[in-house]
This record gives sequence, C-alpha cells and structure tokens, in this order.
Amino acid sequence: MANELNPARSNLPLKRGGDNDSGRLAENIVYFARALRAAGLPVGPGAVLDALEALKVAGVGTRDDFYWTLHAVFVKRHEHSILFDQAFCIFFRRRGYVDQLLAMMLPQAPSAPQAPKAGATRVHEALFAGLEDKLKKERDVELDARMTVSDREVLQCKDFPQMTAAEIAAAKDAIKRLALPFAEVRTRRLTPHTHGHLIDIRRTLRASMKGGGDFIDLRFIGPNTRPPPLVALLDISGSMSQYSRIFLHFLHSLTDARKRVSTFLFGTRLTNVTRALRERDPDDALAAVSAAVPDWSGGTRIASSLRAFNKLWARRVLAQGAVVLLITDGLERDADETLAFEMDRLHRSCRQLIWLNPLLRFEGFEARARGIRAMLPHVDELRPIHNLESMVGLVASLQHGADASANPKAWLRKVA
Amino acid sequence: MNKASPRLLPASIDATVDLLAQADYLADRSLGTVLYLALKMGRPIFLEGEAGVGKTEIAKVLSSTLGRRLIRLQCYEGLDIAAAVYEWNYAAQMIAIRAAEAEGEHDRERLEHDVFSERFLIKRPLLQALEPDAAGAPVLLIDEIDRTDEAFEAFLLEVLADFQVTIPELGTVKAQHPPIVVITSNRTREVHDALKRRCLYHWVGYPSAERELAIVRAKVPGVGKKLSEQVVGFVQGLRKQDLFKAPGVAETLDWAGALSELDVTALDPATVSDTLGVLLKYQDDIARLEGSKVKDLLDQMKSELRAAE
Repeated sequence: MANELNPARSNLPLKRGGDNDSGRLAENIVYFARALRAAGLPVGPGAVLDALEALKVAGVGTRDDFYWTLHAVFVKRHEHSILFDQAFCIFFRRRGYVDQLLAMMLPQAPSAPQAPKAGATRVHEALFAGLEDKLKKERDVELDARMTVSDREVLQCKDFPQMTAAEIAAAKDAIKRLALPFAEVRTRRLTPHTHGHLIDIRRTLRASMKGGGDFIDLRFIGPNTRPPPLVALLDISGSMSQYSRIFLHFLHSLTDARKRVSTFLFGTRLTNVTRALRERDPDDALAAVSAAVPDWSGGTRIASSLRAFNKLWARRVLAQGAVVLLITDGLERDADETLAFEMDRLHRSCRQLIWLNPLLRFEGFEARARGIRAMLPHVDELRPIHNLESMVGLVASLQHGADASANPKAWLRKVA
Repeated sequence: MNKASPRLLPASIDATVDLLAQADYLADRSLGTVLYLALKMGRPIFLEGEAGVGKTEIAKVLSSTLGRRLIRLQCYEGLDIAAAVYEWNYAAQMIAIRAAEAEGEHDRERLEHDVFSERFLIKRPLLQALEPDAAGAPVLLIDEIDRTDEAFEAFLLEVLADFQVTIPELGTVKAQHPPIVVITSNRTREVHDALKRRCLYHWVGYPSAERELAIVRAKVPGVGKKLSEQVVGFVQGLRKQDLFKAPGVAETLDWAGALSELDVTALDPATVSDTLGVLLKYQDDIARLEGSKVKDLLDQMKSELRAAE
C-alpha cells in the first residue's frame, strides 16, 4: 500500500501526456485513483495506465460514458461500486473536475453533506484529508452506560456513526492477523497429497497407464484441512455500546475473509445478522445490521439470549466443529443457575468456546460479578478485547496456543 | 407393496394425497401440493424439518406407491464422487492390464480403451439414478444433505440441473427420464440458496392431533382407541412445553408401540415417567418433567379429551 502512494510512481502517466490537455486528464486520473486508493479500493498504478488507455479508446463523450469507463477499470468487486460512485460524485462534482481539483487545494471547508450515504465519510476523508481537521468527528451523543446494567429494553433504532477510513484499515489489518489462530482442522474429505497416507488408486492407475502399465507409479491422497466454522455472539447492550461498533467491523471483515461465519447480536433478544454482514460494503452492512436489531444499547439478558441461541440456532450453525466467540462483559444482573446451565450447554455443543471480555482491560479486574462467575467455568479461554491492540495481542497469544493468562480457572482462583 | 407395474403419476393434488395414503402415509394438503408440483414439473423436492417427522419416509412411500426403484444416497462428511457417482474397479483393471501384457499386447491406446470401458465401471447411487428403468425413472433419495460439505452441494447443482454426469474416460451420461429426486435436511447447517433455488421447498412440521391420531392408528394397529387418543393428546401437550427437543412422529409411534407391548390400556403418571425415555432424548428435558409435571400434563390432556367428546 505504502509504495502505491509513492508520488513518483503515480506521476508516471503525467510524463507520458504530451500536450497540455491530455496532461491535465492524466493528472486528474492520477489524483482520482489516489483518492480511490485512500478510500480503500485496491487501485494500483497499472489501473491508472489502464484507465487512460480506456479513455483514449472509448473517447470521453458524455459524463455517463466517462463514469462507466472508469468504473470498468477501477472497480473489481461489487461492494466497491458504491465507494467508486461516491468518489466519482465528489471528485467530479458539478463545475467540472478541473475546478474541483482546485477546490481541493484551497483551504476551504467543503459544504457539509446532509445525511451522508454509506461510504461517503471514507471517500470524503480520502479526498479532503488535511482540510477537515477542524471538522470534529461526530458528536458522541450516546449515554455513557459503561459498567451499568440496565434491565430496561430500549427499543430504539440507532444510526451508526459512520466509521473512518483509518478504523477500517486498522480493523482489516487486525483481521488479517486474527484469521490465523483458528487453526485449520482436518476434514474427512481427501485430496491429492504428496505425503498422503492413502494410495490414490485412480491417479496411480492413470499415471501407470502412461507408461503402458509396465511399472506402477504410486500417487497419494491425504486429508484436506479447512478452518472450522466460526460463530460470533456479540453483546450489544448499553454496557457494551462503546465496543459493539468496532466489533461489528471486525466481524464484518471476518465474514468477508472466510466462509462459514455466523454472527448473532444479543441485548435483550437474539438477532441473527449473518446475512446483513455478508459481502457488502462495511457501512452498508452495518446500516443493515442496525436496522435489523431492535434492542440496541438496551439491557442485557445473557441467559435468555443464550437459551434462544441454544434452542433455535445451535443445531443449525454449530455443526462440523464450530468455534464460538462470545463477546460480552458478562454483566448480567439476574445471574442465576440458568446462565450457568445455558453456558454449559453452549460449551458442550461447540469445539471451542472463547470468551472475549473487554472488562479485562481494567487492571484490577476480578471475577466477582455473579454473571461472570457463573459463566467462567464453562469457557475454554477468557481473553481481553477492548481495542485493536488487544485484538492483535489476542491473535499473537492464540497463535502460540493458550497461555496461562487465558485460563478461566486462573480468574476464579484469584477471587476464591 | 407390489412393485410389478409402473403406475401413472397422480393427476391432481387430491390424487397425490390419496396415493400417499395407500401406503399409510397421511400427508397434509400443503405437502400434497408440493409433491404434486414436483412430480408434475419434474423438479427435485427439498424437505426440511426436525428429526423424526417422516421426511425420508416420503421417498420410500413414493417409490412403493409409484412402483419405482428407490435409490438412496446417504450423505456424510467427506462424501466424494467415488462414493456418490462412480468408481473404477481397479483390481479388475490391474488384472486386465496384466493379462494384456501376458498376451503380448502393448498397444497403449487400445489397452486404455479396454480398461476404461463400462465393464470396469462401478455405478454408485447418482449414476444408477440416471439409468433407464423398465418401471419408470427411479426415486432418488438424497438423505440428510446437511451432513455433507459445500463442495458436494456444488457438485449436485450440476447433476440436478441437467440430470447428467460426465465421466472423463467414457463421456457424458444423461438420463432419458429424469428421476424423482427427494432431498432431505435436518438443518444442522444452512444449505446454499443456489441448491434450494433448483428445488421445491417444503418444511415438514409436526402433524395436528387428528392427523397424528390417524397416523398412530394406521401404523400401530395393535393399540387401543383410548390409549392412542391419550398418547397423541399427551405428545401434543408435550410439544407445547419448553423443551430442547420436542418428540417427533417417530417417537409417538415408538411410544404407542412400547405401551401396547407393556399391555397398557390407559396412561397413568407412573407409566409415563417410566417410559419417558422413548419420547425425550435429552436428560434436561426429562428432568424438566420430573415431579408433578407429568401428572399436570396428563390431567390437562384428559380434561381436553373429555371436552372433545
């Protein structure tokens, strides 16, 4: 990514442009490509050359032609289309792109976009970075409900504050590393394998036939491996509201990066948001999620949510050795034996149950809350997860196997 | 069942329901409609539902009432082409090669042609289902497709779309008459939309009290009128309870059979508690019914039966 931003390389087409006009065009395409890149599209210098070539061949007639020509070159995935559209609209707005280009250089704030569409923030940021320092991030109007447990069910649909490009980049980066620790598991399916344990008679025979059947050239097959299915249960109650957004990005990237990821959100009720998170622009996906969830930042009923999951979904999504990520602070007021019972059942239905608890960031965290004490005996691992750093830390430690700090028994012993 | 003559496909939804009833399968109208459409349109039928509601039975009944051959493919993790479609008989091929050598045959092309001929082909269920049959196209039951993996599902797409299979060494085998395909799933995993799109979908639910009673009477002839009513009433009540796994029709039939083996003529709390393991297969569910709960359910069921009379 870094060297793609290298101006020397991006300027390449400028030198090729002979006369003044095509030089301008090339310059603008380069800037536009840079903006796309900053907004998260994988646009390399080659694409810029392609775009210029395409424009030459197509001939820039109408604005529409221009749009679709560039679209054809720069957009390689369906979910990037929306980013491209936003970038194009902003970059080539109204007065022609040359003026717009000048506007970018001038120290004046752009007109505030009303109700920005998905992806707009990122594109905007990419285009006007440096000019917008004055414009503060969106005001945080959420009530700070940390460390409080509310039983009230707040049936409100919450608009996600649009995320920043830096957040996305960081989350994606973290995911890339996080995908590793969930080691691949052997499946029952066999594939051709140089050091396999079984003879692949079919391939052996075919290979032998090549030599007329005089000698037998053995070929082998061995077990195929693949990552196990992943099921994420994310707490979106008031006490978790600070984290749920970034975790959703995290889960979106996970869904994007690998198959067989199911995501459930729970506050006072359980919602399956797997489809909403699948293969889309993160802003769009999160908007769909927030539309699907009625109990945003309300109270928590962990036991009844887990019960709903165990009863309605466990048999549908936990087959084939799924790993469960339970992301919650475990602050449940009515913690009783049903919570322990449902945790036990969940633990027994999956390959591995990993509890990610943002409360672990506090130095003096102790497993004193009743809910936490009820849940701890039934998890395989307990890990902190409160920022991207801890996600990275989580990955690093998971890669080297479970260390002592993740052992849930250690926390129980501490308070005993 | 007599398997002699191929029978015509039913001409209406009612005829479909009647046809199933001939083999003591009492289907509701929604299932009859889907089956009729599937037979009429030549589309595979995708049946999903809890364990023990009679999904697999539908394929068996179809084959026996229509006089068609039943070909069953039981899915499992790691199911591959060699087990589902075809396999070469390698041992026989080796012998053929050795024999050819002994005779001084060294024409490689001819050897290959001989060895990869139909004589050495072992046909597995999917290939068998594409073969012509005197009794009419067979019924292909692909059972518990959720147990296999996505890779196999993707392969099925091709088979179900064109009813043909390509064997590299032999060529393409295409069914003259597409088989009647029944796919079942217990929903332990979501089957991909692309596969579902090619099928007619039906969710097989628990039957109503009247239909379940008729099923018990048809399937367990030895059980008395009073007992069968009580059994069905109790099971229907049990399904309304908050259980992890509600008993299916198969469990009802097992229970009715078990009770009649024990010469029970009417239900009492002690008998129910003793035989609860036939109905419920989770310890938590059985524990939930301990104490007076069974008696409450029985009383409720009896008062409902009395009210119905």
